[in-house]
Amino acid sequence: MKVVIMGCGRVGATLATWLDNDGHDVTVIDIRPDAFKRLPAEFKGRRHAGNAIDQDVLARVGLRQADAFVAVTQGDNRNVMATQMAKHLFGVRRTLCRIYDPIREEIYRDLGLETISPTLVGAQLLMDLLDKQPVAGDGETEA
Amino acid sequence: MYIIVVGAGKVGYYLAKELLEAPEGHEVLIIELDAAKVERVTQELGDIALRGDGCEAATMEKAGYGRADMVIAVTGDDEDNLVVCQVAKAKFSVPRTVARINNPKNETIFKQLGIDTTVSATAAILAQIEQELPIHGLIQLLGLKGGGLEIVEVKVPQRASVVGKRISELLLPQQSLITLIIDSDGTPRVPSNDTVIRAEDQVIAVTRRETEDALRAVLTNSSSPDATGH
Repeated sequence: MKVVIMGCGRVGATLATWLDNDGHDVTVIDIRPDAFKRLPAEFKGRRHAGNAIDQDVLARVGLRQADAFVAVTQGDNRNVMATQMAKHLFGVRRTLCRIYDPIREEIYRDLGLETISPTLVGAQLLMDLLDKQPVAGDGETEA
Repeated sequence: MYIIVVGAGKVGYYLAKELLEAPEGHEVLIIELDAAKVERVTQELGDIALRGDGCEAATMEKAGYGRADMVIAVTGDDEDNLVVCQVAKAKFSVPRTVARINNPKNETIFKQLGIDTTVSATAAILAQIEQELPIHGLIQLLGLKGGGLEIVEVKVPQRASVVGKRISELLLPQQSLITLIIDSDGTPRVPSNDTVIRAEDQVIAVTRRETEDALRAVLTNSSSPDATGH
């Protein structure tokens, strides 16, 4: 499938690399060209330096032909805006949007976006680990 | 009305000031993240500023979005203005939201996502320029090197004397040729001698630099044209 990823931070670059390794057609957009250093040298996808909340930029990377769009920049609002543009202006069938703020995440999930809040997911994982392995006396930490 | 303004930059500051001074006597709250800007508003406009993120639920609760008649988002970032207005609508059912946009192309998506009004300085300036054009009358589209020829565009005004005339009836300057006509609704026509000129047509023509003014006079003058003999 053809996937466009907005944001080449740790998560964006890792996801791009995995998808590329699995043989998918990947395009990564980031406003800072420096960010592409996070991609391995053997990355076969496209790197596009530009502002992904500009519909001309989204058109230029061929978003209309994309099967999926993933927004993982540091800014919740940028992710929210780009995802809605991908969904409503470019008709991308699968759009995923990262929103750190759990309340904003809930609002946009109710508005029909497929969202993920790393804040809740992360906190839940840590909670589960603590529940599974409660700190008992002076016991060693076990995996 | 209770009006919440998000963003205390220059636009937000003067907007809040004008709203406060309006005879209607609005209640105004301005939300701003930057402490220095909050300080300036408080000093100059009184205790009407709240420091916080205008799209964070906690700030919104505190600001009383629930009873706001209008939320106006005028930060410098389109994405922030979008989210402020969307959340105001979705979570607090604010009846009227206004967003400032920098990229005029964002107007469509903002409207589609339920923002009631968008305001774009860029679009306003562009519209102003476009309005000025008919006064100017003729735009040079392309200079053709060497021959002294150029391709120009002339918009035919409502009251031009050429309206309703056939091209064969026009007294065009020498070495001027009408090559394309675009209707006011955007439909292009390749003209022949029998093509009739209509009001608001955009006429694309080849002409010489020296006869540019004469050509414009023929196509735009409302009195009986006398631009002959060039």
